[in-house]
Amino acid sequence: MTAVPRSSPVFRVYGRSFLVLVLRPEPPVEVWLAELDAQVARSPAFLESKPVVVDLAGVTAEDADLPGLVRGLQGRGMRVIAVEGADPSWAGAAEWGRPIPGGRSTGEVEAPAADAEPAPPPEAAGLVIDEPVRSGQSIIYPKGDVTIIGSVASGAEVFAGGSVHVYGTLRGRVVAGFTGNPRARVFCRRLEAELVAIDGVYRTADDMDAALRGRAVQAWLDGGSIVMTALD
Amino acid sequence: MAKVLVVTSGKGGVGKTTSAAALGAALAQSGLNVVVVDFDVGLRNLDLVMGAERRVVFDLVNVIQGDAKLAQALIRDKRVDSLSLLPASQTRDKDALTPEGIARVIAELREKFDWVICDSPAGIERGATLAMRHADQAVVVTNPEVSSVRDSDRIIGLLDSKTERAERGERMEKHLLLTRYDTGRANRGEMLKTEDVLEILSIPLLGIIPESQEVLRASNLGSPVTLNNPDSAPARAYADAARRLRGEVVPMVVPEEKRGFVQRLFGRRVA
Repeated sequence: MTAVPRSSPVFRVYGRSFLVLVLRPEPPVEVWLAELDAQVARSPAFLESKPVVVDLAGVTAEDADLPGLVRGLQGRGMRVIAVEGADPSWAGAAEWGRPIPGGRSTGEVEAPAADAEPAPPPEAAGLVIDEPVRSGQSIIYPKGDVTIIGSVASGAEVFAGGSVHVYGTLRGRVVAGFTGNPRARVFCRRLEAELVAIDGVYRTADDMDAALRGRAVQAWLDGGSIVMTALD
Repeated sequence: MAKVLVVTSGKGGVGKTTSAAALGAALAQSGLNVVVVDFDVGLRNLDLVMGAERRVVFDLVNVIQGDAKLAQALIRDKRVDSLSLLPASQTRDKDALTPEGIARVIAELREKFDWVICDSPAGIERGATLAMRHADQAVVVTNPEVSSVRDSDRIIGLLDSKTERAERGERMEKHLLLTRYDTGRANRGEMLKTEDVLEILSIPLLGIIPESQEVLRASNLGSPVTLNNPDSAPARAYADAARRLRGEVVPMVVPEEKRGFVQRLFGRRVA
């Protein structure tokens, strides 16, 4: 068997072109920066991680603290790859390095009014009910916490994916974390509950500590069983 | 502008019909045009309590089905001119009530009267929901005991969801009428106290009607208690409640029976 001679690696270079965004600050620089921040807020994806060339042709050292300006742009999550149009006599000019030669202008890039896919609005933190929950009513809210400003009557039910807060007397049944959340809790200003359950573990009125009746109480799950303590 | 008031409770036997008749009579006595409508089709009582049972020719179901005109079915009270009764049918059941028919009758009554008082049947089914359907206000009749309070709570939930007003997103005005209240027994802890009931139901209090033999006596005589013996404790309590319904501010007291000296000596042992 003759060994197949391994061919030596061939040195190859590949090309790739990017659109470099050119930012041209204008005096007054504070206003220009505010405009830039507004644009970033409207469409965070537009400038994020994009290569950026800062063109200082529009400003002079008298207009602004230029090293601070360049650092400020870098601090906004932009990759400043070069600074051009700076006079070598300006402070900070040395650390910016030489501008990248060449480059072909592609004209003005239109900044998007807003991201094509806007960030979804923050999900409501929970359900707030401003009136008493009456006997026979059933509140079911799998998405999160339920807060009730009022009492939960005997014969009423509250089901929450998260915790349940009752700013009144809890006389009915509450089921917290019913979507499978063992960290959910139940809080009430006055405990007269028929049943309290968290993530499938329940306790009926008969099994509750009589000393907690009529008091502000919280209930949570500890090692697979419900723990209830007074809050006051 | 006519007001439609439903007298309701969920639980039976707490005093809806007595209260509807007594409040209706008290409002009519102040010169307002009042009609009391019996929604308890199949188990009508209001005609007896109002003493009109021998004058019923046509009833609510006849009017709904178009067999009679509203004016033919209305019975004018013999004692108070401005008080009328629209009786229920005893031979039919609640299925004879149609939502469209009720809407038409209530709209017609609104044109003729200042107050339309709907006496609801017990329960939370068709009869009760149709009685409250078009109401602007509700009187929730409650006895100071837990089962009555829980049923009232259930009815309040329905008032806030199943009525026309609730469906339009408007607020339904609700009043609590605490009936068969015995101060002595409440103080001894044998009954719920007024504040306990108010705390559970959290609606404003319209009045406290003391437990009294007068109520039974009046109903057996076929006369609303406010007409039969206006000086009796329950009659005074109902009269105060009626004034509050009209918007007057009346201090809340529990009227007590006037007792003779001998009664005062022996009264306690009987209870």
